[in-house]
Amino acid sequence: MDYLEELEQTSIYILREAYANFKNLAMLWSVGKDSTVLLWLARKAFLGHVPFPLVHIDTNFKIPEMIEYRDHLALEWGLNMVYGENREALESKQTYPDGAVDRITCCSLLKTQALRQTLDASGPRYRLNHETRSYEPDTNSEAYTGVIVGARADEEGSRSKERYFSPRDRQNEWDVGDQPPEFWNQFKTDFAPGTHVRIHPLLDWTELNIWEYIKSESIPTVSLYYNQGEGTRYRSLGCSPCTEPIKSDAHNVDEIIEELANGKLSNIAERSGRAQDAEDGGGLESLRRGGYM
Amino acid sequence: MSPEKHKTQMNIVIAGHVDHGKSTVIGRLLADTKSLPEGKLEAVRQNCERNAKPFEYAFLLDALKDEQAQGITIDAARVFFGTEKRDYIIIDAPGHIEFLKNMVTGASHAECALLVIDAVEGVQENSRRHGYMISMLGIRQIIVLVNKMDLVGWDEAVFNRIKEEYSAFLSEIGTGAITYIPVSGTEGDSIAAPGENMDWYKGITVLEALDRFEKEESIDGKPFRMPVQDIYKFTSLGDSRRMIAGTVETGSAAVGDELIFYPSGKRSRIKSFEGFNLPDVQTRVSQRQATAFTLDEQIYIRRGEIAAKAVEPGPRVSSRLRVNLFWLGRRPVKPEHEYLFKCGTLKIPARVEEISRVIDASTLKVQQSCRQIKRNDVAECIIKLKKPAAFDIATEFEGTGRFVLVDDYEIAGGRIIREDLPDSHTEIRDKVFLRNFKWEKSFINPSHRAERYNQKSHLILITGGKDTGKKTIAKQLEEQLFNDGKYVYFLGIGNVLYGVDADIKRAGVNGTTRREHIRRLAEVSHLLMDTGLILIVTAMDLTQKELEIIKTVVEPENIETLWVGEKVSTDINYDFCFDDGRAADEACEIVIQRLQERGVIFKVW
Repeated sequence: MDYLEELEQTSIYILREAYANFKNLAMLWSVGKDSTVLLWLARKAFLGHVPFPLVHIDTNFKIPEMIEYRDHLALEWGLNMVYGENREALESKQTYPDGAVDRITCCSLLKTQALRQTLDASGPRYRLNHETRSYEPDTNSEAYTGVIVGARADEEGSRSKERYFSPRDRQNEWDVGDQPPEFWNQFKTDFAPGTHVRIHPLLDWTELNIWEYIKSESIPTVSLYYNQGEGTRYRSLGCSPCTEPIKSDAHNVDEIIEELANGKLSNIAERSGRAQDAEDGGGLESLRRGGYM
Repeated sequence: MSPEKHKTQMNIVIAGHVDHGKSTVIGRLLADTKSLPEGKLEAVRQNCERNAKPFEYAFLLDALKDEQAQGITIDAARVFFGTEKRDYIIIDAPGHIEFLKNMVTGASHAECALLVIDAVEGVQENSRRHGYMISMLGIRQIIVLVNKMDLVGWDEAVFNRIKEEYSAFLSEIGTGAITYIPVSGTEGDSIAAPGENMDWYKGITVLEALDRFEKEESIDGKPFRMPVQDIYKFTSLGDSRRMIAGTVETGSAAVGDELIFYPSGKRSRIKSFEGFNLPDVQTRVSQRQATAFTLDEQIYIRRGEIAAKAVEPGPRVSSRLRVNLFWLGRRPVKPEHEYLFKCGTLKIPARVEEISRVIDASTLKVQQSCRQIKRNDVAECIIKLKKPAAFDIATEFEGTGRFVLVDDYEIAGGRIIREDLPDSHTEIRDKVFLRNFKWEKSFINPSHRAERYNQKSHLILITGGKDTGKKTIAKQLEEQLFNDGKYVYFLGIGNVLYGVDADIKRAGVNGTTRREHIRRLAEVSHLLMDTGLILIVTAMDLTQKELEIIKTVVEPENIETLWVGEKVSTDINYDFCFDDGRAADEACEIVIQRLQERGVIFKVW
């Protein structure tokens, strides 16, 4: 078994543990490379199915191609696709692109708060109807008690401290200093009422592992990750006003793997194209403590 | 295929007492091997400038603001790092005593350990405690770094003294270090390069030491073990396959192999392996593979059971086990508390029946027969599970031989199973196991019968004091279900007593006789239920222990227990209770409603 297979088998084990232990389980799908690999691993774990909803937080500022790709795969793979948004903030134009707030506040409104409201069902949820091929209000108004997330430990400092099963309190907050222990393959699957658990099956994967796995499984990815002839590509995807592509000649998966393996990008942080990180004192910590992925 | 594909990956934990410089050593290692992304080093340097404090290598790891303020590592951070030879995940475990659980979390995912000891302070409490924990978690490869050599004037004597003291400690707990390295995290000596300050040291650097760790190869040739993780049937998604899912712990299995599931003793053959986007049809699975397979027959098994091969030795089954336990919970372990015992995919309520001895993990002081196990202590004790379960002995099977205890929703301790101890139902369970094993199956299985009879077989157990109307309710219930077209049968314990039990003395003479009566009643019930019947059994004054015997023999999921009578004179945990005077009609109605809810019979609209 090579290490990629080992990572895969461990992630499948974690996904199955999550499914066996949480009644109201959901998986966050940002449409980025990591959570798409996660989605693929779920299809592996559940023999071609994804037996829980996939939740996407739509900031309304995502690069349009991402939304097209999301709905295309959702229809093709028969996914139970749900999206949520912070309608209030969007309607009152409390966003960075509208010039009303700074980047961090925008993130916390359109992502963190939208996520919180979608998870506990206090905000709107829209579910894809596979017959009409359009979204309609979701009738399920139960809070999700287990949320599967594609965070990786090597992305930046605060993520490296996560557990595979990480509890969040009623306010979605993360108490980094007081996390329950996790031994061997025994995880925190018992939780007090009102709290929920974030599940991180990709914690031990690196950016290179992700691309190697995309290659070995031929997982479809959004074309924004590749150089389309402009000499640039996106390394990490987010909202269009706050995400910049990097300089790169990589046209396809093989070239990205080569680029990463040869250390061409080793001096540049993976999320360096994400403007909100820089505003948060060089890390995502403040955002993450409040529930940001 | 790129060469990276063949590079191995290894998890290493770095541990030691608080402030002995673990994070500095790693930070230095990353910086000197140019393993840092540009953004990280810059961000940390800028942050230091902004806050007017000198840059430290440790800040690279302690990336969280909280930690920089307190100067200690709160949680186990993972650091990714590569050499020519392989990739490493270095888990930086916190040294502060408050965070021992985080250290253990970090260490439980590691194959090797680096233990850091401050040359100035020498061997401290957590140097020993961490060493103990590391050896307890089963990590056999340890390298000790004596850090801050710059602060003791690079003195060889200091290094040798610490080496001697710590070697003695490690050998006392039955382990040892591969080597001891004198280092300086702040100056960089012996980290990535030898440096110029310690001519007397001719050994390897930390960087070289990492590559000397050996990857522990998986031992094959062990009997097959797969804890059942789940049973999948995605009918609503248009899939009719019924699949048993799990990750193979040891050994291997192939299509056609006969499996036995423990503790139930049910058996069936592997029909096919199922997968998604696999290059070839799978006919065999082995160690560490996450798999799912279909069986020849639709047998009822549950998550938490262990699958073994019929031709190989199976796991142990009992409700009592002797264990070694380390405890990290907020409140001490006491016999009166109830915990959740987790082993493999099993989760079951449990109590600590006896605390045989407690060991202080730092001083190694032993205390015999204690009343409690305090936080951060190590103990030997006997655990009593609420129901019998399958498990292994840790020396024979690592994965299925270790466990954790959950207290108040949190994993609070755990370690290894040393021995299975007999419990009061061992003998009966062995008989049931043998019966299941020898059972000659017909072509018609329970699901065929359920479909034909439009009902699931079930046992309604009616008990209570003398002359309380148990039989009246039982017979009326039988008649009512019969008239509804159900296949149902009434069986009073007396109907067994004079025939099936003719060879043994009447009940009441001694406990063993009554026990055997109950066992035979349960076996007869099992037979009748196997025909697909709904069976109504009456017996006087059943105790909890007797109900447990019945539940050992008959699938506990398929039993409803009723107590009839105003006064409950035994310790039985029944499902329903009916007063004396209550009309049988009402009792029947409630039972029938319950059977409908349980899906035993269908509600007629």
